[in-house]
Order: sequence, then structure tokens, then C-alpha cells
Amino acid sequence: MLAGAGAILALVLGLIALAFTRTGPGTERVWIAGMGLAFPLTVLAALLAYGLFVGERLLPRQGADVVSVQAEGRQWAWSFAYDDAPGVVTEDVLHIPAGRPVDVAITTVDVIHSFWVPRLAGKLDAIPGHVNVLRIEADQPGRYRGASAEFSGEGYADHEFEVIAHDAAGWDQFLRGGTR
Amino acid sequence: MRTLERHRRLQDIWASERGWKGWTSSVNHTDLGRMFLVTSFFFFAVGGVLAMLIRAQLATPHSAFAGPELYSQFFTMHGTIMMFLFAIPTFEGLAIYLLPKLLGTRDLAYPRLTAYGYWCYAFGGTMLLVSMVLGIAPNGGWFMYPPLTGPIHSPGINTDFWLIGITFVEISAMAAAVEITVSVLRYRAPGMSLDKMPIFAWYALVTAIMILLGFPPLILGSVLLELERAFGLPFFQVELGGDSLLWQHLFWLFGHPEVYIIFLPAAGVISTVLPVMCRTTLLGYGWIVAAAVALAFLSFGLWVHHMFTTGIPHMGLAFFSAASTLVAVPTGVQVFAWIGTMWKGRPDLRLPMLHILGFFATFVMGGLTGVMVAVVPFDWQAHDTAFITAHLHYVLFGGFVFPILAGVYYWLPHFTGRQRFFRLGEVAFVLIFLGFHGTFLAMHWVGLLGQRRRIWTYETSDGWTAINLVSSVGGFIMAFGLAIVLIEVVLCFFVGRRMPRNAWGAGTLEWAMPTPPPNYNFASVPHIRDRDPLYANPGLPVQIARGDGYLGTPRHDWRETLTVEAARGTPDYIVVYPANTRLPIVMSAVTGLFFLSLLIKVYWFTPVALAGVAVLALRWVWVLGQRQDRGPLDAGLGVSLPHAAEVDRAPGWWGSLFLLVADAVLFGSLIFGYAFLFTVAPGWPPPAWFEFSLLELGGGVAGALAAAAGMRLAIRANRRGGSAWTGLAIAGAGALVVLLSLAALLVRTPPPSGHAYNATLFVLGGYGVLHTLIPLLMLGFLAARVSRGFVSAARRAELPIAGLWVDYMAVVAILVLAVAHLPGVAP
Repeated sequence: MLAGAGAILALVLGLIALAFTRTGPGTERVWIAGMGLAFPLTVLAALLAYGLFVGERLLPRQGADVVSVQAEGRQWAWSFAYDDAPGVVTEDVLHIPAGRPVDVAITTVDVIHSFWVPRLAGKLDAIPGHVNVLRIEADQPGRYRGASAEFSGEGYADHEFEVIAHDAAGWDQFLRGGTR
Repeated sequence: MRTLERHRRLQDIWASERGWKGWTSSVNHTDLGRMFLVTSFFFFAVGGVLAMLIRAQLATPHSAFAGPELYSQFFTMHGTIMMFLFAIPTFEGLAIYLLPKLLGTRDLAYPRLTAYGYWCYAFGGTMLLVSMVLGIAPNGGWFMYPPLTGPIHSPGINTDFWLIGITFVEISAMAAAVEITVSVLRYRAPGMSLDKMPIFAWYALVTAIMILLGFPPLILGSVLLELERAFGLPFFQVELGGDSLLWQHLFWLFGHPEVYIIFLPAAGVISTVLPVMCRTTLLGYGWIVAAAVALAFLSFGLWVHHMFTTGIPHMGLAFFSAASTLVAVPTGVQVFAWIGTMWKGRPDLRLPMLHILGFFATFVMGGLTGVMVAVVPFDWQAHDTAFITAHLHYVLFGGFVFPILAGVYYWLPHFTGRQRFFRLGEVAFVLIFLGFHGTFLAMHWVGLLGQRRRIWTYETSDGWTAINLVSSVGGFIMAFGLAIVLIEVVLCFFVGRRMPRNAWGAGTLEWAMPTPPPNYNFASVPHIRDRDPLYANPGLPVQIARGDGYLGTPRHDWRETLTVEAARGTPDYIVVYPANTRLPIVMSAVTGLFFLSLLIKVYWFTPVALAGVAVLALRWVWVLGQRQDRGPLDAGLGVSLPHAAEVDRAPGWWGSLFLLVADAVLFGSLIFGYAFLFTVAPGWPPPAWFEFSLLELGGGVAGALAAAAGMRLAIRANRRGGSAWTGLAIAGAGALVVLLSLAALLVRTPPPSGHAYNATLFVLGGYGVLHTLIPLLMLGFLAARVSRGFVSAARRAELPIAGLWVDYMAVVAILVLAVAHLPGVAP
């Protein structure tokens, strides 16, 4: 996307620079129909198709090995609960298995927050009275930083959390009450 | 009449009072345009200082400069001031100053309204400044999302300053929008058909109509949120049947068109200035007009793209993503039309041109990052990071500030009558351009590294320190550049060579007058045959001054101009403007007291202030009356035209029409809110529906229809020379019945603080009552006018105006009663 944008920018600025050195075709057909209409339509159609295709892949799909967790935001912390471990609630740390798709059901008890783990997925808002589901997946076990990405008052800057992705053994251990 | 004698006569008739007294009583568009621009640039400076404070805070990690509470006020007020107190008023000021001059007429449609709008802006802006000085400024971010801004999480007065102050300021936007729309459509030089209009007027027209359609949702949202905060009506509280998403919809229904409301006037400046800088005419005039209109249409379909991360259904995402990318097409048409214009002509690197080049580079980059964030998966990452902040500054600074600076330097000789003396502008441009890109290129980068917007500090370990420092240094360089521009502009009023007439060699009419311009603009109104009248006829300024146009002979002490039929530009009727008056400043002060009473919660005073506004409004219209028939008046060039009091569609009718269009959008947004809560909010259905009553519903509908029929009867009888009394009486009786049935709705609504449904009914009922009281007041006014001899078969203009408001009342009453009563029929 960046390369394409750079090319278009160079083209436009180049055309402007050339205008100072020569008088060229000043016809509406070239500039409006060609450059103004046909050119952006082509580029945008391609980009839109690409965006929708990628977006489609990011959508939650049903599957056998999907893990479901709940994320509940508040000023200024997150609580996480697990379908596979009823009763377990972790504060500001979300445990997930690596290599498996995880559906995070996101909501809030006070103001609007946004659940965002940049390296795992895009962000999705936590809105009072609504539950939004975000599909995340960590390819490798490890620790990932997460943050709330909607301004929520004074404690907003520190409204962060951590995602720990376990390997299969670690995940089993977590579910049985090992690492908390 | 000799040229000089004509000038002196006109000067006497049109002059404002001298000195500072003149500021408070002037209703002249040149004065008020200047006042608007000076005030808006003052707020630009305030917003700029806030930006410097933000950059100072973020320059280093763990900065001890400001804490999170103060920092929240900084960024909230920076955004708010730049959007509402700088960008929009700058457009208003520029349009108010330029439009009559470009269109070849002597003033805008409603001179007193111009002044009223200005004072509402000045007083409302002062309110926000006071909050800042006292350290209790709004702090919830400029888009004010509840529940963070609701009564529970923001109990302080900070948020009220925003909701009440901005609504007060928006009165000026609505006033200017109505005025610009009517002026462009009706107040032009004869012969100037729509396709011969200067391109800036097209842009101003499209922008004004967008304000009429775009601002009401925000005003409604602000009213609802203030009602929730002040009286506990739970529109946005999910526990009581509200939904905070409603605010986001209302806000972005305004907020996205707002971006184009800001961009389009700037594009109008470019389309005007660029061809002159290239010594040619604009390429693709028709295409550019079409592109501006298309942009306006598309922009109203885009609001959801600010909400991609709120969990919008998937199909919705695809639609809005497509619409968001599509909006780049009309923008592309304009950009390439401008580049084509440059190829067609011979561009000269004069100062306005430098700023236009700055615009091209910056805006194209902003547009490209805009296309990136329209791609949903990318937005899911970039949303609410510094990347978005950088993107929007590229669009707004590139798309607004650079073109406006080009415009400032282009019209500076017109404002002041002088040419620049010190060559500071070129240095300033370099500083601004380099500083801007330093600041915001860095901000893109740090955003992609994960820095969220609106955080008040960050850790050294985040690794953002160096980039932020670069960004801050760039910001201060840009501020130096802007300060130099300010110094140069101020100097230009005092030092500099006299400006020869039309020094740029432009083709538009504002250069056909002496500079600085006389209050009456044109000694006589020219007949227009070309899009660039000065290119076609370089002798035009002399002919105008000699009185070889319309209205070249001053009549009585009238401030006269004439209107044209909207499309073809044939002369229609003669308008006599009101002269200097302090009514506007007094009325906006009383309006300010109304808002102030809400702000400091002295509610007993609120109805007093409202009554004061009503009395002043009656006085406002009363002084326009005519007690004798004038018949056709000589307009010059062998044309005779009627006086505005003796036509069916007077200026007041057109103004009411467009004001009601905006009003209808507000009402439509309210109905949308009702439907949205009904279908989406989790706390529905409500505990109980409003109890159906055939008597109230049927009575109200019958009263509404009777009122509308009565006004028609009155208009027809009066035109035939008969008495309007029967019709007026029927209309009044009908309106009273409507009032009763709406009052019953208010009384029977369950406690509005109990559930969002009750609250919605209450607001619907209140809206209906207000829109019944206004026509009732008008009917009373008409009765007084008829009995005092202000109305005759010829002097009929006031009846259809009241008719319009009565019709609107009828529609509103029927809809309000229907949506209140009908859900209770079949539970």
C-alpha cells in the first residue's frame, strides 16, 4: 500500500512540476475523464477488493478448536474470563493457547474502551450494553502487549494489559489452575 | 449624477458608525466579514498555542509539564477550537466578505442576521475561553463520547461548557448557512445565470447546504446529552434504555460532512486563485461543480467509517468501506482539473501559488493515507493511534490552512488596499511547510509503532522518544512560520504601497471596485454576460462607477439592491436593507443569557431569556414594514421591479424555507434516534408504551390540517383584496388545538428520567410544542400587522412566510402524535 501511495504521490507532484516547464494539452478529456475519473476508479476498485478479501479472512468463523474468552473493560483495568475454565478470572493478563483461534467477547461496565493487541489483531470497541467478538490468534507462544485504544479519562495512558500465549502443555496447565 | 457625487451619496447611505461604536451596530457584510476573519484567526492562534502545549508535553517521556487532567483539556480544546471556532468561522467570514462582491451585489440577503451570527460566535467562543482560563475546560476529547461525558463519569461543569457553548456558536453557522444559500441563489447581478457564477460561489452554496444538513444532528446530540446531564433523561445510558452508540451516530452524521464542509471552501479558494496565478481560466468548470456536489452527497454516506471498530455488521462495513474509497474520485477530479489548469496556463511562483503548491503536496498525501484507513483491516490497526491524528492534520492543514493562506495573501490587497512591503511571506511559507511535514510525518511513523492518540505520556522503553522530539521541534518551527504570517498581515494594514486596482489581473467582480472596498461595493449593479466579466470587459469598473448599471441613482436613503430569479439570473425584485442597528448584538446577548442560565443552572431565568429573545425577534421583523403600496420601481437600464414587500416569495420566505430544511433534518435525526433506540438499544421494549388516545391523536391531526387550510384561505382572500381575518382565525384555532394535544402528550408521558423511551417522547413533545408556539406567535404578529395597515393585496409578502411555518407545524404535529400514540395501539 505504501509503495502504491508513493508512486501516486510522485506522479501527481511530477505532473505539477512539469506544468512549470511546459504548456501541454489543456483539454478536459485528458485531465478530467482520464486522470480524474478513470485513474482513481481503477486504483480504488483494486484496493477495495483487496481490503474486503483480507477483511473476510479476519472474520470469526466457526471451527472445532476455537477458544472462547471474555474481556470486560473498566476504568482502568481489564478482567478476563474463560469458557474452558469456569470461575477463573484474571486481571490485566489474558491467557490464550498459541496456534489456536481465540474469540474474545468484549464489553465494558463503565465507559467505552477498545481492546487492542497490535501484534495479534486489530482493535474492537467495548461498548456498554453490547458484546463485540474479536478473533485473535497467536502463531507463537510468548507475551504480547495490549492496550485500550479509546480515550477513557485520566488513567487512559496506563490502561494496558498483557496477553500470554501458551504452548499446548502450558495451556493445559493454566486450565488446571497452574499459572495464574 | 456625477461619479463622485454618486459615491458620496451612496457612502452617506451605507456608512457604518465611526470607531468602535460602528463594530456593535454595523450590519454591513464587509465589516462583519473582516470581524469574522479577525476573530477566527485569533482563535486559530489560541488553538495553535494549545497545540504547542501538547507538543511540549509529548516531546519527552515522563514529562512533568502537565498532568493527565490538564492534558485532556489541552487536546479537547485544541480540536474543538480548530474545528468550531477557527475552520467553520473562517469559511463564514470569507464567504460573508467575498460573496456579494463576487456576485455583483451590495450585501448579503439578511444583513442583521450576519451581525447576529457574528455576535453569537463571539459570545459563545468567549464562553469557551472563560472555561479554559478557569481551568474547567471540556476534557472528554473533541468528539465527546458518552458515557465518558455523561453525568456519572464527568460530573463537573467542563462538558456543559462544550455542549452549551458549541451549540451557541452553531447558531452562527446555521445563520450563515441560510444566508449564504439564499444570497447565492437570489442575490446576484442580473444576467449572472448559475453557469456564469464565479466558482467560489458554487463551493459556498454547496458548503452552506451541507451545513444546513450536517449540523442539525450535532445540535440534536448536544441537546440530548445536555438533557441527560442536567435532568437525567437517559438517552445514552444503557441501563435505562439508552445507548451510547446513538451519540456516535449523531456525532459522525455531522462529523464526516464536517470534513468536507471545511475542505470545499478551501477548494473554492484554490479554484479561484489558481487560474489567476496561471494567467488562464479554470479548466473543467462544469466538472468541478459536479465534483463538489458529488462530494457533498457522498460525504453524508460516510459517517460510519469513523465507527469501523465499534462492531458494525459485516455488510455495513463493506458498504461504508466502498463509499469511503469512492469519495476519492470527485476529489481526484478536482485535483486533476487544477493540474490541467496549470498545464493550460503559465504558472507564476507568486506567494499565493507557493501555498497552493504546499496544498498539493500535503493534501495528496493526506488523501492517500485516507484511502489507506478506508481499508477496514488497516483501520482496525491504525484507528485511535497517532497515525490517524497525522492523517487528519494532513487533510485539514493541507486541505484547509494552506489554501486559506493562499487566499489570505491573494485577497490581502483587497482587505487593506495595500501591497505587501516586507517580503516575509516567502520565509514564513518555507518554515510552515517544513515544520508541518516534520511534525506530522513523524507522527505517522510513531502511530504505526503503536502510540495511541490522546495519551498524556509514554515510557522511555516504548522507543518513541526521538520521533516525538522531532515532531515537537517541527511543530515549533511551523508555529514560528505562522507567527510571521500574522505579523506580515498586521503590518500590511499600516505599511505598504497603495494597491493599483486589480493587481493580480483577475477576472472576477470583486476586483471591479476600489480597494479597500466601499460599503456599498458597486456604485451601480452591472449586467453580467460572462463568467469572468473583467476579462471580457476590462472597462467594466469605470462603467460601474459611472452608474451605467442597475440602481445607479440612490433613492431616498434606501440601501437598495435587487434580486434575481435563481437559475437564469433575470431581475426579480428590489430589496431595501435595514440600516445600522444594535438589535443583533442585543439579541445575541439575550440569547447568550439563555445559554448561560442553562450552564450555571439558574433555570428560573431560562424562560425569561427565551421570552426576551421572542420579543426582540418580533421587534426585528416589525421594523421592516411598509404602510403604503409602492408599485413598480425604476431599477435602471429600462427595467421596473416590484418592492420586496409586494411579492409572493420575499427574502423572508426563502430564509424560512432553508431554515426549515435544517429544522426538518434535526427533527429527522430525532426520529432516527427513536428508531435506533427502538431497534438496537439493549434495554427495549420499555416497561410500558404510551397509552393511545383517539381524542388527542384525532384532535391534533384535525387541528393541524385546519391550521394549514386556514393559512391558505387567508393568503387567497388577501390576494383577491378581501379580508384575511377568517383564514387567520381558523389557523390560530387549529394551532391551539394542536398545542393542547401536544401538551397532553407531555403531561401523560411517564417520568422522562425513567427510561430512554419516555425521554424521547418528552423531547418529541417539547419539539412539537416549540414548533406550535412559533407559528402562533407569527399569527399574532400577522393579526397586528393587518390591523395596523401593513398588509394589502399588494403588500402580501408576510402571509406566505407564516404559512410556511404553519405547514411545518402541521407536519411535525402529525408525525409526533403518530409516533407517540401508535406503538401503544397493538402491544
